[in-house]
Amino acid sequence: MSDDSLVTIEIDGISLKAPKGAMVIEVADAKGIAIPRFCYHKKLSVAANCRMCLVEVENAPKPLPACATPVTDGMRVFTRSPKAIAAQKATMEFLLINHPLDCPICDQGGECELQDVALEYGGDVSRFSEGKRVVPDPDIGPLIATGMTRCIHCTRCVRFGEEIAGVKELGAAGRGEHTRIGTYMAHAVTSELSGNVIDICPVGALTARPSRYSARAWELLQAPSVAVHDCVGSNLSVHLYQKRVNRVVPRENEAVNECWISDRDRFSYKGLERDRLLVPMVKEAGEWREVAWEEALERAASLLKANAGDGLGLLASPSATLEELFLLNRIGNGLGSANIDHRLRQGDFRLDAEGVALGGLGTPLAELSRAGAALVIGGNPRKEQPMLGHRLRKAALAGGKISYLNGREFPLNYRPHAVITAAPGRWVEELAAIAAALFNLAGGEPPAHLSPLLEGVEIGDDHRRIAESLVEAERPPVLLGVQAVAHPDFSWLASLASAIAGASGGRHGVITEGGNGAGAWLAGVVPHLDAGGGRRSRPGLDARGMLEQPRSAYLLQGVEPSADCWDPLVAGGALEGATVVALTSFDTPELRALADVMLPVAAWSETSGTYVNAEGRWQRVRALAEAPGDARPGWKVLRVLGNLLDLEEFDYQSSEEVADTLRALMEELGSANDTVPSLPGMRRLKGEGMVRLAAAAPYRVDGLVRRSRPLQETVDGRDLALRIHPDDATSLGLAEAELVLVRQGEAVVSVPLVLDEGVARGCGWLPAASEWSGRLGGMIAPMEISAD
Amino acid sequence: MSAQGRQQTTDLLPEQVRAEIDKWIAKYPPDRQASAVMAALRIVQEENGGWLTPELMDAVARYLDMPPVSVYEVATFYSMYEHRPVGRHKVCVCDSISCMLNGSGKLLAHLEEKLGVKPGEVTPDGRFSFKKVECLGACVDAPVVMIGRKYYEKLTPAALDKLLSELD
Repeated sequence: MSDDSLVTIEIDGISLKAPKGAMVIEVADAKGIAIPRFCYHKKLSVAANCRMCLVEVENAPKPLPACATPVTDGMRVFTRSPKAIAAQKATMEFLLINHPLDCPICDQGGECELQDVALEYGGDVSRFSEGKRVVPDPDIGPLIATGMTRCIHCTRCVRFGEEIAGVKELGAAGRGEHTRIGTYMAHAVTSELSGNVIDICPVGALTARPSRYSARAWELLQAPSVAVHDCVGSNLSVHLYQKRVNRVVPRENEAVNECWISDRDRFSYKGLERDRLLVPMVKEAGEWREVAWEEALERAASLLKANAGDGLGLLASPSATLEELFLLNRIGNGLGSANIDHRLRQGDFRLDAEGVALGGLGTPLAELSRAGAALVIGGNPRKEQPMLGHRLRKAALAGGKISYLNGREFPLNYRPHAVITAAPGRWVEELAAIAAALFNLAGGEPPAHLSPLLEGVEIGDDHRRIAESLVEAERPPVLLGVQAVAHPDFSWLASLASAIAGASGGRHGVITEGGNGAGAWLAGVVPHLDAGGGRRSRPGLDARGMLEQPRSAYLLQGVEPSADCWDPLVAGGALEGATVVALTSFDTPELRALADVMLPVAAWSETSGTYVNAEGRWQRVRALAEAPGDARPGWKVLRVLGNLLDLEEFDYQSSEEVADTLRALMEELGSANDTVPSLPGMRRLKGEGMVRLAAAAPYRVDGLVRRSRPLQETVDGRDLALRIHPDDATSLGLAEAELVLVRQGEAVVSVPLVLDEGVARGCGWLPAASEWSGRLGGMIAPMEISAD
Repeated sequence: MSAQGRQQTTDLLPEQVRAEIDKWIAKYPPDRQASAVMAALRIVQEENGGWLTPELMDAVARYLDMPPVSVYEVATFYSMYEHRPVGRHKVCVCDSISCMLNGSGKLLAHLEEKLGVKPGEVTPDGRFSFKKVECLGACVDAPVVMIGRKYYEKLTPAALDKLLSELD
């Protein structure tokens, strides 16, 4: 920064250099000079409506709001002068006129900005003896409790909705003392980031509904953690009450989640309370029996040993810790099986044969907010990875050209550059058209393996516009979303994405599922690469392969097959006929039916471990909450299992030691290869007949989220119906139907129908991990729809 | 906008109303059509017999591509917008300081007694409704009453009676 852009000001006698145009409050905050405030928030626009930050400025006739007063050279500011203090106290008195004295029953009590500031600036006795205003509390959904009588109209929540969440649902209706913050027309808020208004509300008007009245702020212990429901790995502060998670709030990390978190990361902890498996259990002659750990582990070891070799399949949740995943890989290797995978919802694994590693975003998260252009293929980051979606929105607001290729026009909270909506069977052609347009523009020869695909492809305006935006931008990200990953021709889409990124000077990447998808790649929980990224000499079967070609035994790590697998029907069939050892936090009817041994393992927040986010950031967490019953951390269970199996190198003393072993391995092997060199095999999905399109519903992605009742009760949580285009409904004779029959192969399920013009003709959106989809087939695969 | 949304907007905002709103939209730069929200609400309110319904506000929001709550904010801030049915003649009595000092209280009490309804209510015959409003900006001739779009100044209860009797 040149000296021209700096000015010298003085605050309370301290001389400071500050950037021109900065507000007094920012400069004071940076120096640690406290100025009271309610409406100012560093991430929101300046409203200057609470007047709490009034300060005295030399030569100004009246006190000025520090949040809306830009610094000028030679300015002298006094935050504690008699004039400033008098102004602040007067403001405080006005703010307290209508604020109820209900702190003892208010959830904000003890962590309330109004309380804190009132302590310093408020009077001992109120001079206001008239009646206070009372405002009825609207119901704005299962996540946020309202106490609007306490509202001081700072409008932080209103500005948050408009500026950060990108959907303005709360507003200030009325005027003067009749102003009411709310939705005006009663409805639940729908933003996937809505919970953040709880944090920014300076009073107790908006508080967390799921944890209401359960503890006082000063009884809680705060500890750092990381969210595991998407590849962002948002940083969290977990608030513990008597060794149990009482609530979750964001921990600021500008590079990852700024100061926000998604509702999913905030409220998933409610799932910790339900369906927990408390003791090890074994099944004997069809009957479950509670047993001691020793017996359960010995049984598990003997079952695994009896099925060692190629007969064993190992499936892990992409939200397991790096340590668990690494030890699982060791067990697989020790037992001579490379049938190991974490990509439970992936539809196509043909790139594995090329030794390709597609476990990362390719672009740092922070850089996404600055992208001049980006292309998202088969994904809805806004709901699927909310903080990643937020980054793309920031890019778009800054002029970035964000484009989508999807099977459904997902509602966005910004204007995209171009959106191509096509049934999944046409994605390859659409992407090829973008690639062809790009090579026309940028010059250069397309890779030889792609030329046949690009020849004669029809290039439309949208393809050209997307290609142009990618060429013009610097290093544009080309991102394959979770729906692209679930596509039966994912390898083709990835090949094209890699070529598009290459030709536009950008980087391609995969938006992995779970909180540790990238870590699972590093830990060797893929059938073609070993821990550290080296190619296996004898690759095994992938997640689909080992279920389509049933093994004699399976080891499951945090997997609920009907909700987590790409084809629940196939998964159920394979597991039914096999011996199954399940490490699980949850006791489910499904596992009771399929498994032979169930080992209770600690869930998120109860185990130490490392999570690697999509940009490759290693984040280590400690065990915080107490695991219920006899549940033990997964890595310890796997370590003992390794010892019982007489495998080598299984004497780790801590999870750190496990992670460090893996890191050392990675340094030895160097980084993995993510270029996609070929176009393997034949197209599997073409544009004929009705095709099902799915991703896991946002609040169904993993066992913990699925068990969080408040999340299930939200608008997004209940959005599980089949969506098809009205024209398709008409041609199928279903225009008036409320329930329809969906058939995939042998499976027939009755599901509710919603008509949606945003869905491409020829496909139906029916999310995975719902009540219905657990009894259906592949996520992106042909289906038939008929009247119920 | 979905087909359903388009249909609802067309149903609620007839062609001449949309044409009228379009004139206001044209006064602002492109992409700033939301600036026409006050005019749009006024036009829609007039078309609907003097008051707004949530459906109408939603239709305006769709037409101007605004979040509905932003339209509610505007429509509840200004006292010219009504959210309940009004009489054929809407009598707005200024209750701000100059008018208050010059007897607006008497006018209000007189109206309440004469019409037999409270502020915000409509007489059973549908002729009148009255309300208190903030400063009408004609303090020099306080007390002031606005009936329809016309100002009547320096009023007494008797003068007000005469005025009302002359209305249909």
